[in-house]
Amino acid sequence: MNIANILARKGSMAVTVHPEQSIREALALLERHNIGALIAVQGDRPVGILSERDIVREAARNESFFARTVGDLMTRDVITGQPPDDLLTVAYTMTERRIRHLPVVDQGRLVGMVSIGDVLKAQRDHYQGEVDTLQTQLLAGEGGQTR
Amino acid sequence: MTVTTGTPARPLRVAIVGAGPTGFYAADHLLRNPTVVVDVDMFDRLPTPYGLVRLGVAPDHQKIKFVTNAFDKVAASPRFRFYGGVEFGKDVTLADLKALYHQIVYCTGAQTDRRMGIPGEDLTGSHPATEFVAWYNGHPDYRDCAFDLSQESVAVVGVGNVAADVVRILCRTPEELATTDIADYALEALRKSRVRDVYLLGRRGPAQAAFTNPEVRELGELADADITAIPQEVELDPLSRVAVERSQDRATLKKVEMLREYARRAPTGKSRRLVLRFLVSPVELISDGAGRVAAMRLVRNELYATSTGALQPRATDRFEELPVGLVFRSVGYRGVPLPGVPFNESWGVILNDKGRVLDPDTKLPIVGEYAAGWIKRGPTGVIGTNKPDAAETVECMFEDLARGAVLEPTRPEAAAAEALVRQRQPNYVSYTDWLKLNEIEVARGRAQGRPRVKLTSVEEMLAALGR
Repeated sequence: MNIANILARKGSMAVTVHPEQSIREALALLERHNIGALIAVQGDRPVGILSERDIVREAARNESFFARTVGDLMTRDVITGQPPDDLLTVAYTMTERRIRHLPVVDQGRLVGMVSIGDVLKAQRDHYQGEVDTLQTQLLAGEGGQTR
Repeated sequence: MTVTTGTPARPLRVAIVGAGPTGFYAADHLLRNPTVVVDVDMFDRLPTPYGLVRLGVAPDHQKIKFVTNAFDKVAASPRFRFYGGVEFGKDVTLADLKALYHQIVYCTGAQTDRRMGIPGEDLTGSHPATEFVAWYNGHPDYRDCAFDLSQESVAVVGVGNVAADVVRILCRTPEELATTDIADYALEALRKSRVRDVYLLGRRGPAQAAFTNPEVRELGELADADITAIPQEVELDPLSRVAVERSQDRATLKKVEMLREYARRAPTGKSRRLVLRFLVSPVELISDGAGRVAAMRLVRNELYATSTGALQPRATDRFEELPVGLVFRSVGYRGVPLPGVPFNESWGVILNDKGRVLDPDTKLPIVGEYAAGWIKRGPTGVIGTNKPDAAETVECMFEDLARGAVLEPTRPEAAAAEALVRQRQPNYVSYTDWLKLNEIEVARGRAQGRPRVKLTSVEEMLAALGR
């Protein structure tokens, strides 16, 4: 299972902002799409990621954080994934490095975003499926009828 | 007066397109709902149900096919109907289904193979592995395919479960195959096979190979084929070693250990040789001058880590040539677009969000249309992986029903659907018919000590039903 399999069943593209946009606008996007992070892009190239945490951190110390820009608060050193990256490795990297949102890039172009929740759900379904299939085969070995 | 949909007076009428595992899992989740009364009509373009369990799973893996017992239980529901031999887009259209059902679920799988995209790919003797699989499993559309088994050297590109199935079938003895439900014509053709060397080619290293440990073990236990590997290719490279050690991935360590043992084995004089190769990619199929495959040019790969740490292959400047007369490619699968249903070309699936089909312009759900299984997420996982996948789609369907977001069919009655099918495809196969065909196949098999002898053409099946 790889990142492409997650993106395939996530119809929407990642929600993007421009670094010059305000935090007020960014919050409106997070609220409207019910998501936890936005990807800052220049053209279709990701240049940063802005998570709800970045905003909370700023809000805790700056009353007028609404007026700041996405570019001020975003994380610039973004780890990105590629569609063929396998989920076992991706899950490891995301949990170890405490990344909750991973922009996915194909040949430099942003093609989507996966969250740690997406990755864990895909892994859970994968293991559930394997257990189910193994059980079926084990029960079959105990003298069931073939059909 | 408004009648609520999903009650005994007005059941929720659902059409499932595709009778593979996902279709049955979706039907099961739909019919199990304790508060909504659901009618399920399942359509398949073939007369027989079970999809790839019948026509994909290898004949020497009968145990995997036991899952069909669970499907038969689903089909036994009085609220379930099967319309076999009825093709979506041909015998019944989307407009037809919209006039008859509140919801439609597409479970059509990934029906085509990905291409390698290299020169010579279409030379005679180069085939998609899926064609060979469908052929030896008795798929009515593929029974007339021909594969030149007089060739002595064969390459199978890919190291997933389909590739492993193909090399096993090529390496098994006629005696081994004769105890399976392999199609009779395939058994005859394989009996005359002159294949001696079979190469299984992986583009990444042993730690990244998709085949499972039981599959690897099976390849080392073939009655009349010696397995071998190249020692340097099955050693873990430093990047893979770090990845495996940090994730404590015992299964992968075990796999690599088995492969290293194969590389140390001395040939024991069996008639066939199975060679496992890693870190190589075909870059060209070379012609014999008359349009036939004579050899394959391979490039050696090395691995590099992407920014998530996933390991991907990168071509080096080292090449080699492998003389082979027959090539099967098994480098991935893709869904096929359905007439009138939005398709996501990037991933080869129906455009969807958690199974809700989306309008390509607005990216909003289209009322009443859903997808599940491989046509929703791409070809990945084992049969059982489609169960939670179908459950997610069915959850969306019940949520939408609760919001009143369902189609408004003009004739939401089971009888209306049956009348239409009868008119368009008088020779459709019901589940009762299928159970009869099954009994006939099993009886034919019993006489030969086989699980079944398959009926492999639609005409044969209809004749067996007295039509």
